[in-house]
Amino acid sequence: MSIFSGLGALGRGLFTDNKGPWGQAPGGSGDEPPEPPSGGQGPWGEPAPKRRRRAEQPAGGNISSLDEWLQRSKQRLGGGGGGSGFPTQPSANLIKYAMLGVVLLWLLFTSFHRIAPGERGVVTQFGRYNRTVESGIAITLPWPIQSVQKVDVENIREINLGSASEETLMLTGDQNIIDIAYQVRWNIRDPEQYLFELAQPEETIRQVAESAMRQTIANVSLQGAMGAQRGVIEGVVAQEMQQTLDAYQAGVDIQGVAIRQADPPAAVNDAFKEVTAAQQEAESYVNQATAYALQLRQKAQGEAGAFDRIYEQYKLAPDVTKRRMYYETMERVLQGVDKTILEAPGVNSYLPLNELKRPAPRNPQ
Amino acid sequence: MTDFVRRHPMMSGVLALFLLFLATSAFAIVPETRQGIVVRFGKPVRIINPYKAGQPFGSVGAGIAWRIPLAENIVWLDKRVRDIDMERQQVLSTDQLRLEVDAFARYRIVNPRRMYIAARTEERVESALRPILGSQLRNELGKRPFASLLSPEREGVMDNIQAGLNRVARQYGVEIVDVRIKKADLPDGTPLQSAYNRMVTARQQEARSIRAEGAKRAQIIRADADAEAARTYAASFGKDAEFYEFYRAMQSYQTTFLGDGNEKPASTTVILSPENDYLKEFSGR
Repeated sequence: MSIFSGLGALGRGLFTDNKGPWGQAPGGSGDEPPEPPSGGQGPWGEPAPKRRRRAEQPAGGNISSLDEWLQRSKQRLGGGGGGSGFPTQPSANLIKYAMLGVVLLWLLFTSFHRIAPGERGVVTQFGRYNRTVESGIAITLPWPIQSVQKVDVENIREINLGSASEETLMLTGDQNIIDIAYQVRWNIRDPEQYLFELAQPEETIRQVAESAMRQTIANVSLQGAMGAQRGVIEGVVAQEMQQTLDAYQAGVDIQGVAIRQADPPAAVNDAFKEVTAAQQEAESYVNQATAYALQLRQKAQGEAGAFDRIYEQYKLAPDVTKRRMYYETMERVLQGVDKTILEAPGVNSYLPLNELKRPAPRNPQ
Repeated sequence: MTDFVRRHPMMSGVLALFLLFLATSAFAIVPETRQGIVVRFGKPVRIINPYKAGQPFGSVGAGIAWRIPLAENIVWLDKRVRDIDMERQQVLSTDQLRLEVDAFARYRIVNPRRMYIAARTEERVESALRPILGSQLRNELGKRPFASLLSPEREGVMDNIQAGLNRVARQYGVEIVDVRIKKADLPDGTPLQSAYNRMVTARQQEARSIRAEGAKRAQIIRADADAEAARTYAASFGKDAEFYEFYRAMQSYQTTFLGDGNEKPASTTVILSPENDYLKEFSGR
């Protein structure tokens, strides 16, 4: 803290020179110059500006600021070789403190590193791998001796391959073509390997994903890829990718592969819809048949049951039951119909059969 | 020393700058990702941080390296695994079918000295190996029928390609880590179209067979039901055929003349002879 207040005092000392732009202020040429209104104290309680003014006084007269500056720089560079022999103390201090400040800032900014949660810091010393630090505040030697590269290891990244708008076609094991879109989720397992082993890690993961998916799809049928075996495919691709990337020492974990879309290509989509339609049609055939079967079965059981029950009774008194049933039926039958009874035999041929068939209500025409 | 500096400020400044230049050019920082070749007047003399398999990071190699200023100069090469992405190649299988193949290889510079002499830069190694990868691929895949091109990994084809490519790569001081096929597609135009046609006809076939199968199942279900109904009837009616005859006749008369409840039958006129069994008591005999 003291260094900053010192610097502030220095700054104040600089700006309280009490000079006009064209040299010394007119009132300042006297023996007892008035105190400047904002007259600051030196860092250690000395009235620094005052002393300097006294030092400058022998030059006297009406000198411009530029001349003064030149003279002062000459004094500084020449190590007090010419002029009054007084070292210009505040300027020397200024340089000293400025340098100290720069060094401190440099130390502050290059030795302390905030590693966010989920990140790791890979420390290299002159380019050589030194250590890996966990999240928190890490202290290293200042740059350029040591430097830190922060790597986010928790963040799960996604790579999307294929899209809904554009077809990504692949050949399946049964030489059909499928339009597939999928997503790979991965994160960094080993930050050193991730930084130092692969030239283009993301591009590598993308290529390996494409290759693994193609390889896996080429081993399953179209039907399997579109439906039942999706889960298996996702697992196999993730495993294959992990193996390949481990062989590259990529330092990457494949969290999962998700097939977002696996459809037949647009060119043949109608044919696939027809299959679905056929399946539904077949289903409806079966449903109709089942309904018929159910109905028939019930009917047969109903009729047989009715017969059985009547037969039970019939067995107890066959003749009477039979006659009764006969008359009851005949009653019902003959009740509702036109009846003609012919007494004499041989009359049949004279009957107006047409009229008998088309009786009363009809107009003879 | 101080006196000298005081007396000759300009000269000492220049001298200091020169010393600084020497110091900075004498040392170089070697990151983990690079290996360097120290070249003295065009001749490679030393290798900095060469790749050694299985060497952990942070061991010897990377760090600060030195060279003789002005005389030596460091050429940097990548130490990481790099990518050669091949152009699409058309491959002709033994059964004269075409396939468009897109592959990539991964390589690493394992012999920087040879690599520097043979190619100088990574780009030149890649452009030299790219056509060789293509021709290896064509040769190996061209020996096989189309069906096995779809999954060349199964038959060790990729290993052959990698071995073939490695033979050439070794001359450039690089090692092929892996060769993989990224895409294997049918070429646009006739091959793709005929594949589509095949898919369409296969689906039509499937649709037909599904319909036929559905019809078959429906028929069997109906027949089963018919058979079961017949069995039920037979079991019941077979107990007394004569009574059944009578019973069924009664039912039949009723249905014929009165309807079965659903629809009214056409109006009927019945002419009865007095001899009819129903009228046998009519005559009063």
